[in-house]
Amino acid sequence: MVLNAILFYFFSVLAVVSAILMVTRRNVVHGAVYLITTLLATAGVFLLLQAEFLFIVQVILYVGGIMVLFIFVIMLVNLDVSLLQYQFNRQRFVAGVLALALGAQIFLAIKTGQKSLFPPSRVPEVLPKNTEAVADALFGRFMLPFEIASILLLVAMIGAVVMAKRRA
Amino acid sequence: MGHLFTPSIMRLVLPVLYAVVIVAVLPLMAGYIVLMERKVMADMQARLGPMRVGPHGLLQPIADAVKLLLKEDIIPEKADRLMFWLAPLVSVTMALLAYAALPIGPTFQIADLNIGLLFILAVSSLGIYGIVLGGWASNSHYSLLGALRSAAQLVSYETAAGLGLISALLLAGSLSMRDIVMAQYDQGMWFIFYVPIGFFIYMVGSIAETNRAPFDLPEAESELVAGYMTEYSGFRWSLYFLAEYANMIIVAGIATTLFLGGWLRPFASYHDHMPGTSIELLDALPALLVLGVALYCFFLAPKQPVKIQKLVMALVGGLCLAVSGVLAGSLFASPAVLQGVHGAFWFMAKVFGYLYFFLWFRFTFPRYRFDQLMRLGWRFLIPLALVNLITMAIALLISREWGWSLRLTSILAIAVTLAVAMWLAKNDEVDSVVTAAESE
Amino acid sequence: MVSVDQYLWLSLALFTIGVIGVLTRRNVIIILMSIELILNAVNINLVAFSHMFGTVDGQVFAIFVITDAAAEAAVGLGIILAFFRNRETLLADEMDMLKW
Repeated sequence: MVLNAILFYFFSVLAVVSAILMVTRRNVVHGAVYLITTLLATAGVFLLLQAEFLFIVQVILYVGGIMVLFIFVIMLVNLDVSLLQYQFNRQRFVAGVLALALGAQIFLAIKTGQKSLFPPSRVPEVLPKNTEAVADALFGRFMLPFEIASILLLVAMIGAVVMAKRRA
Repeated sequence: MGHLFTPSIMRLVLPVLYAVVIVAVLPLMAGYIVLMERKVMADMQARLGPMRVGPHGLLQPIADAVKLLLKEDIIPEKADRLMFWLAPLVSVTMALLAYAALPIGPTFQIADLNIGLLFILAVSSLGIYGIVLGGWASNSHYSLLGALRSAAQLVSYETAAGLGLISALLLAGSLSMRDIVMAQYDQGMWFIFYVPIGFFIYMVGSIAETNRAPFDLPEAESELVAGYMTEYSGFRWSLYFLAEYANMIIVAGIATTLFLGGWLRPFASYHDHMPGTSIELLDALPALLVLGVALYCFFLAPKQPVKIQKLVMALVGGLCLAVSGVLAGSLFASPAVLQGVHGAFWFMAKVFGYLYFFLWFRFTFPRYRFDQLMRLGWRFLIPLALVNLITMAIALLISREWGWSLRLTSILAIAVTLAVAMWLAKNDEVDSVVTAAESE
Repeated sequence: MVSVDQYLWLSLALFTIGVIGVLTRRNVIIILMSIELILNAVNINLVAFSHMFGTVDGQVFAIFVITDAAAEAAVGLGIILAFFRNRETLLADEMDMLKW
């Protein structure tokens, strides 16, 4: 239990610090690397919540797939001049205030509902196999969303290829 | 003293011990695999290979390591210092991290994760960052292009290799590496005999994933200087190098676990005993094999031209005798020791067999051009892997529902997949000829 | 013992940082990355509740969110590449004319 708490604080501090660093870096590649650290910390949080399949899916897909895609594009559109420009836009103060207001709203929402949160019912001695349970749900109750997601990926693939093609 | 080794303490200490052993032995092993590669390359090219440093060149890796450690550490002027320092670190860390889930013996495994196989795949896909960030940080065109090409190749073949693995996973029924080996024990047959095409797809995918020939365009000397490793020298380069060879051993380990029965001996379910004892007949095989190698060394020793080489051959023979003695002696020890020693022997033997194929392919096939490489990955391997998966799943379903033998249905599945493979290959040939003709 | 609401605070923190990133940065790629951060914050929320109730529904939904994020990142980056080829800029402020 103590180990749980230590790991949670470690991963959450890592995630928040990396997120702040990502949003403030001038160099986009550095920002991408900090996002990678944030995503890995998030994967750690998933593992703490006993979602082992989601942990590995996060690492393989998000960190090993999506971020590689980001880094490819960053390196292809490399602009050295971007290092000399302003990085925050003109409406940064209003935007900051609005974002904080949104955060405050969600904070209030969590605070009012906090009493109805309950600790997870007794954690069984032998955890049910997570991958099998997720597979049962994915191919059972969630079959339709699964198929729709695969069509979505197909559409996205075609869209990305068309967008990135050079006009002949 | 006995109460110091309580089970709970051993459960914490033993994995750390295994991890230390692996991290300590691995660089040495990688160095000697390089020597083995140079010797095998020389043998296939009808020459002798490194012979100068140490008898028969056996101390060559030590000399290489000393040279690399003492070289000047050059960082290009406009290079991004943080990334330049980080990139080889990421490569090596990910390569070594994958050993955590690899089962070298029934108890010689650092962590038996529920998702062990996916963990190794995930860590391998994280290794791409070492390459991409290294190429970027060098602030050089060759490095960047080499890195992007290498990353594109890795991502493409990772998909194909993963799909090839899943066809064997269907038979295993679990993602835990230990359970996969035990499933092969329960079914009495290595999975390579059920899905040989899956093995072939995984082999090709793994060769491309480790940037080995014939897919080594990103790091070939005549192409992009040295690709993403161009600006690295000395110790940093040796880290990349170590990462590459550690990756090779990892993919060999995965192939061994999934397709070749892991730490099981051939015919693991035949328990015929030697008359009168409880020693199984086939367990004497490792000792006899190594004894055979030892006798061959002693046979060759007098024929060497130089005295020191005679001595070295005799020494190698003696070493093999000692190993054979250990293997034979463990037959009379407790079952745990027997399983541990023999399991490690069979695992290493299969891994080295798989690596020998890597070396063999390097010096047999000419290099693929990058567009040919991508075409092979996306237009041949991935469709083939998908078809293989579908046919294998149907075969498994038929054998479970209708009660046909799995061997029969898998042979039918292999036949169908082969037919599709022929069609795909022929189709591709026509396409590439047409594209070449169009572009002229 | 880490209670569920601590995961919710973490999710809130990441969400707010993501929203700030989307609204205040000029570089389009950083805006996209902040959107990914927002999606991750939502994922942590989903998985925390899934853990609380003991079902896997939240995790399955999180898998769909990740799939969605992949599709969106791919198309978004394709759009950025196409735009960059035309206008040579990556700053959201300068992407303001449809055609002239």
